[in-house]
Amino acid sequence: MHPPALWDWESGQRVILASMERPEGVAWVEEFHASPDGERVAALASLEEGGFTALVNGEQWENPFDKAWYPRFSPDGRFTAVVQQDGMWTLAVDGEPWEESFDYLWGTQFSAGGEVIAACVQSGGEYGLCIDGAPWETLYENANQCVLSADGKSAAAVVQLESLKPADLEAFQKGVFGVAVNGQSWDARFMNCWTPAFDAQGQHVAAQVRLSLYDYSIAVDGKLWGENYACVWEPRFNPATGKVAAPVRVKGLWGMAQDGQIIWEPRFMQCWHQQFSPDGKSMAAIVAPEFGAFTVAVNGKPWGARFPVVTDLVVGRDGASDGACVAALGCVDNADWQVMVDGGIWPGTWDMAWTPVVSPAGGHVAVKVAKGDRQTRVVDGRVFQREFDKVFEPAFSPDGRKLLIRGIDKGTALRIVADVGQA
Amino acid sequence: MNAAYEFVTGPLAWAAWGIFLLGSAWRLVSMYQLAKKKDASSLAFMDWGFSLRSIVNWLIPFNALGWRKSPAMTVATFAFHVCLLVGPIFLAAHVMLWDQFFGISYASLPDNVADVMTLVVIAACLYFAGRRLAQPEVRYITTGQDWLALVIVLAPFLTGFLAYHQVGGYELMIILHVVAGEIMLAAIPFTRLSHMVFAAFTRAYMGSEFGGVRHARDW
Amino acid sequence: MGIAERLIEDVGLRRGVSKLTPEKIERIVNAVISGETGARLKAYSETCMRCGLCAEACHFSQSHPDDPSFTPAGKVHQTMGVLLKTGGRVDADFIYGMAQLAYTECNLCRRCVHFCPIGVDTGYIMSTVRRICHKLGVTPQYIQDTAHSHSAVYNQMWVKDVEWTDSLQWQEDEAREEFPGLRIPLEKEGADIYYSVIAPEPKFRTQLIYQAAAIMHAAGVDWTMPAHPGWDNSDMCMFTGDFEMMGRLKRRHFESAQRLKVKRIVMGECGHAFRSVYDVGNRWLGWRWHPVPVMHAVEFYWELIQQGRITLAKKFPGPVTVQDPCNIVRGRGLEDKLREVTRFLVDGDIIEMHPNKEHNFCCAAGGGVINCGPPFKNQRVAGNEVKARQLAATAERGVKTVITPCHNCHGGLHDIIHHHKLGMDLKFLSDIIYECMVKPAA
Repeated sequence: MHPPALWDWESGQRVILASMERPEGVAWVEEFHASPDGERVAALASLEEGGFTALVNGEQWENPFDKAWYPRFSPDGRFTAVVQQDGMWTLAVDGEPWEESFDYLWGTQFSAGGEVIAACVQSGGEYGLCIDGAPWETLYENANQCVLSADGKSAAAVVQLESLKPADLEAFQKGVFGVAVNGQSWDARFMNCWTPAFDAQGQHVAAQVRLSLYDYSIAVDGKLWGENYACVWEPRFNPATGKVAAPVRVKGLWGMAQDGQIIWEPRFMQCWHQQFSPDGKSMAAIVAPEFGAFTVAVNGKPWGARFPVVTDLVVGRDGASDGACVAALGCVDNADWQVMVDGGIWPGTWDMAWTPVVSPAGGHVAVKVAKGDRQTRVVDGRVFQREFDKVFEPAFSPDGRKLLIRGIDKGTALRIVADVGQA
Repeated sequence: MNAAYEFVTGPLAWAAWGIFLLGSAWRLVSMYQLAKKKDASSLAFMDWGFSLRSIVNWLIPFNALGWRKSPAMTVATFAFHVCLLVGPIFLAAHVMLWDQFFGISYASLPDNVADVMTLVVIAACLYFAGRRLAQPEVRYITTGQDWLALVIVLAPFLTGFLAYHQVGGYELMIILHVVAGEIMLAAIPFTRLSHMVFAAFTRAYMGSEFGGVRHARDW
Repeated sequence: MGIAERLIEDVGLRRGVSKLTPEKIERIVNAVISGETGARLKAYSETCMRCGLCAEACHFSQSHPDDPSFTPAGKVHQTMGVLLKTGGRVDADFIYGMAQLAYTECNLCRRCVHFCPIGVDTGYIMSTVRRICHKLGVTPQYIQDTAHSHSAVYNQMWVKDVEWTDSLQWQEDEAREEFPGLRIPLEKEGADIYYSVIAPEPKFRTQLIYQAAAIMHAAGVDWTMPAHPGWDNSDMCMFTGDFEMMGRLKRRHFESAQRLKVKRIVMGECGHAFRSVYDVGNRWLGWRWHPVPVMHAVEFYWELIQQGRITLAKKFPGPVTVQDPCNIVRGRGLEDKLREVTRFLVDGDIIEMHPNKEHNFCCAAGGGVINCGPPFKNQRVAGNEVKARQLAATAERGVKTVITPCHNCHGGLHDIIHHHKLGMDLKFLSDIIYECMVKPAA
């Protein structure tokens, strides 16, 4: 069921699956996944008689497959897995395989709303993308780093446009890689292309490119910025203006460039994972003002907090000021995780924490955390009273008043809706 | 001669000591600034404990693998460095000068001991020179700088020895000795002799990396 | 005497120098020296007393006792020494020799550290020389091709995304014949262990993946492998001097583990990859330490044994000897754990090579040298007579098996053993654990 406004937001707890025991005839059950609306839990399962199926709320898919892996729920709640039947691979969506099958298929991706499902495919030694079962007309020697636009109408990948003989340095350095959008490659070829990214409308694609072994830049729709750098990281489009920002390395230090102009002076030991706020007015990135000391910079200004490692930066709407809400995680040696929101640090440290979730209207942040083998969540700095064996990513109701908690505890899958104020 | 002696033990001595001390300080400070600017990912690992661990272990003769594999050089270099440092500082004639100029007095070595130490330094210099000429792996990498450093160090000891034993005219020799000593002091910050200033730090850095990161001995 | 008298023809080096001009050389040499080096290089180049003690350190100079141009200081003298003295005013022929020397006659093993009283880090200087060669575009063909592969597919062997998961699934299928219910869990979020390997494993040493899976299965380890690039922990870009690409690879590796929210990374029996992840690549990215704890297989097996999670059905017949890989012994201090694991597995003595542990001699394959390919193989084998003598001494005492927990050491020792007809077998620890462990039934 989709969108979230239509989910059941009635406060309370429901049991989704009372017993997660291994059913008869099943050799083993793999890791559980929960649908975004919390109404379904599913896992792949190996059958004793051979073959694989999925268990969705305890029910097996109608037909088993020879193999199944890469289980994923789509944002609109369909359970998918990459499956093999008679030596050919395809995607099964709620148990139904796509009509087309391929020599190999992997890397399932979804549009933001989940209406469109895409995957990378290999057919006859050629590579490309397949969208809702329909492969690109043109396939390539290789295609990787596949990405789908938010609306699912376009897909892009880095493609190899020419074969390379073994150890042919000359040919490689002339450039045999490009970016293909919907199967159509850019005219330009580069030594390397990385991380193609769509703009909010799915109309334009920007990618990191390497022009020689030493010159890096950003190409937008195949056109270079014109400025070269010692290194660059992934480009991102401003959702409001369509401008492209990317971290760039100059004289050994990192800064931020936008459309080829420096907007954050290169003074960081590191700068990456930049994100724009939904209104495009703010940009945040993970930066290291000194060697070994990371934090978040918003519009070029670093926060005061310092951690050896900072990850999971998210930028959402800020309910109060109509600005940006910026959250990230800091940790020490992959332990003692702490949550940073808008420059402040929440009390409490955790053995592990997951990417923060900002409520759609802004104003609230929820984070899945773990201590020992128990998991729970922290909302606006307060720890949810109940612990679970496993919880899934948190979700806010569109108005931000309710919080959906999907968890598994003592062999039972639960769906809990709590008031954010009391969560 | 007296005027010359006055000059070399007066203004020239001040100049030599000034160049040595200020020059060394300047070299250290500028090297540290450079390290902060360009070697942040190395500097960050400097560690007092592991630095000292490394320095101490290398100061024990035959402790490091390198010392054990070249025993003659180990004996020569330890004897050389001990005599080079201890001899001049505790030589009775030098202690007297400190007393005469600054009223600082401290214990001194018997002259015959100092004499032997001087000979050790001279002998070690000759041994080093011999290695540079005779041992292919040393000859191959020897540069003018290395000969210069050797001559600069040898000169004050040789002249001092000759002066003490009144060979070649005491008055001339003593002036040559003072000048040679002053050249050595002034050369420390700016020649291969700068290892006197930097070696503790390069050693400490290696010790810090091996101790703190690689968890292995560096000796 | 010197590198100019032993030049070897290489397509990559020749192609690189053909594009050089004196102006370009001077500009790039000085750009790297003034832009990328600082107090370390300055202090080393100034304070090296040219004492020659390091001649005793290097397997190349020990194997060529009459040629001082193979000593660590001799190698610096012929490369960085000349660049600093001339201010980079050298010709293309010089660059050819400099590159050959830096890439193929120094393994960056850092044994010379134990010989330099001043603490000069010759490995760092030679890495800087390689950095200059990379910037000049003068790199041996085979290792450069590997660097190209790294940049195109994030692994060193041109393994395409599908070939990776396909290999894992194939090994999983095979292993299920022997261990019903065995899994190679892909993309398992929150697993304890993220297991990473180097690209030769899925490419042509798939039995190592099989064995690792069998060991994980038998020991009941909660583990995962990623289905996306980042799985290859190797890094030839670190050795070509392409530090930007090294950073990109290490970022990908660590972020792959961070994405899966694992507790730590365990890597297979490879030395250089460990160096790149544990010590080098992380620093280039600004991380003081690895952002996710990194554990080499030797230490991981040691831990499993300590916890009683591996039990043996039989012991491996000894005596054996142990090769200490530089990057995990001189680079991580795992020599004792390596011996404890070996003692647990082997029935019989460990006949030590001497010198050993952190004073070991390198295999002469590491540091990217073996990756420079066939043109340099003979020189590499000839440059390690000293290791051949060590091995032969243990063989005379009845050793038939060399425990070698590093891919490059395997390659290097294999060539030495073959050349000298020593008739010894090389084993990874995982070979022996797999062979000897109690294999759980269905």
